[in-house]
Amino acid sequence: MNAAAATERSAPTAAATLTLADAADGSRVLTLAGRLEAYSIAGIWPEARAALVDAPTRRIVIDAAAVDYCDGGGVAMLVDLLRQPRSSGAAVAVRALKPEFQTLLDQFDPHAFTAPAKAPPPQTNAVEEIGRATAQLFRDMRVQVAFIGETTEALWYAVTHPHRIRWKDVWYECEQVGANALPIVALISFLLGVILAFQAAVPMRQFGAEIFVADLVGLSILRELGPLMTAILLAGRSGAAFAAEIGTMKVNEELNALTTMGLDPVRFLVVTRILAALLMVPLLSLFANLVGVLAGGLTMLSFNIPLVTYLKEVDSIVDLKDLMAGLVKTPVFALLIAGIGCLRGLQTETGASAVGISATRAVVSGIVLLVAVDGIFAVIYYILDV
Amino acid sequence: MNAAAADSEAIVRVEGLVAGYDGNVLLQDVNFAVNRGEVFVILGASGCGKSTLLKHMIGLYQPMAGKVLIDGEDIVSAQGAARRAILTKIGVMYQSGALFGSMTLLENVRLPLEEYTALDLPAMDLIARMKLKLVGLEAFCGHMPSEISGGMQKRAAIARAMALDPRILFLDEPSAGLDPITSAELDALIRRLAGSLHITFVIVTHELASIYAISDRVIMLDKRAKGIIAEGDPKVLRDTSDNPWVRQFFRREAEAPVETA
Repeated sequence: MNAAAATERSAPTAAATLTLADAADGSRVLTLAGRLEAYSIAGIWPEARAALVDAPTRRIVIDAAAVDYCDGGGVAMLVDLLRQPRSSGAAVAVRALKPEFQTLLDQFDPHAFTAPAKAPPPQTNAVEEIGRATAQLFRDMRVQVAFIGETTEALWYAVTHPHRIRWKDVWYECEQVGANALPIVALISFLLGVILAFQAAVPMRQFGAEIFVADLVGLSILRELGPLMTAILLAGRSGAAFAAEIGTMKVNEELNALTTMGLDPVRFLVVTRILAALLMVPLLSLFANLVGVLAGGLTMLSFNIPLVTYLKEVDSIVDLKDLMAGLVKTPVFALLIAGIGCLRGLQTETGASAVGISATRAVVSGIVLLVAVDGIFAVIYYILDV
Repeated sequence: MNAAAADSEAIVRVEGLVAGYDGNVLLQDVNFAVNRGEVFVILGASGCGKSTLLKHMIGLYQPMAGKVLIDGEDIVSAQGAARRAILTKIGVMYQSGALFGSMTLLENVRLPLEEYTALDLPAMDLIARMKLKLVGLEAFCGHMPSEISGGMQKRAAIARAMALDPRILFLDEPSAGLDPITSAELDALIRRLAGSLHITFVIVTHELASIYAISDRVIMLDKRAKGIIAEGDPKVLRDTSDNPWVRQFFRREAEAPVETA
């Protein structure tokens, strides 16, 4: 806290003054004058406290006859002086405070404020910490398994009773997750294509092998980068949005309202979002593939490779199997993004920061799981020789 | 301050206020004054513009026309340091309490002190504890807002509003959602603070029991009139007003009165 800044921001007020004197009977006299309020007493408060501490064995008289005004702040200063521990015979007394201010002071018992305001936080030892963390981990796992179960059941119900699905909500979510994400997906995959092509073309040109950039860009975008980058983008965009929306609903007791209406929040909120993600993530990935490959082709124009040549080369090396190897992953990614976003939303606790925490957790765990699952797919494809 | 001598002096003055949303006028040419040291209640049925009026009085909303004078200064036109100087004279308790969820009660009350004064930490802590003591929550200093009940949150919000000893406290629906006992305790607290600290209260409410218990003077707003339809002592209004809408409000009658004009 900067004193100058505080003075500048505070309302203009007259100063409060403190004068120290020693009386003939050996007591110390603190004479207060002026306006005692929170803005004016910052200077004299520590001084007055120090004057008390300096004279532990003498009687202290606080002469308040010249105090023109005293509000809660001023009263707090007097209470602070009165509550200081003193040896017997060295009491502190306030004298000649105007009656209207004395009434304010009389509302408080100074000694009620001597104890510390807060109990010290309970000490926990390392073993207890480990135990708590482990128990928490198991609770989290149980919640996650239960969520997977509930979601599967709700999805199965949706598949067997398609007329019960809230299609209006699904289309709305499709617009949010899919259509509205097109510009960012286009931009990122375009840049990805350009960067890949450019980074590869510079060294390959030394061997006159620029044309093989088409193979590299085509394979890596279709098999890996198109779907993965789209999924990571959506985890940041829609995963966080799901967690925040459902989290806010939980904080506002809208989830409780659904439950007491006999409506299952998972069926109502989670299924629609998962369906929207399942529909949109493959389409967005396909779109990202197209933009990425085209961006590579446009980059190769600056290396004197015509677009037709580039596309023919892509066509010769990439087949349907490669495209499908990428697209097969997208429904799994969609399940992860929407599932984790909704789960984190449902796990939201109370308070203003809780929604933010849920959104953060949705993005972090979403991205970690996406990359991990992509790795698992790579191993499976290797074993299956896809 | 001598409360009796200051009673006749207006501390808040609303002049020619026109307010509304998106071009729809909700309040048309509203004029009234709140006297120093009184408990002043703004009442009316839901949707009549009570909370809107309050939010204009504390400078949150910009009126379409008119002035709001707080202790002689217009909060509508004031900017920068002048506006902050006016804001230090008022404290506001919002309907939900609006305590900061990431801070303990003590930290909530201490925040204005940290930002507006140069006091050291023990001094600010003591002031904050004393404010919480005034509202009976000294034992809950270290609690988070989510750990205490709704009524306690409202009381803590009053303590925070009082942190800088404002001259005027604005309370938006203090007793809404509270049980009768907690509500009565809050009413008693308001009367006690008005009596001992000479704080002027401007309170928005439609709880009849509270209105009779705490108010010195009320104004009643009405949606159809787009403004004030009655002003004065609530018990006198209840017993003697010849305005059918006022009588209906105070007698809690569901049926709309016959159109008289």
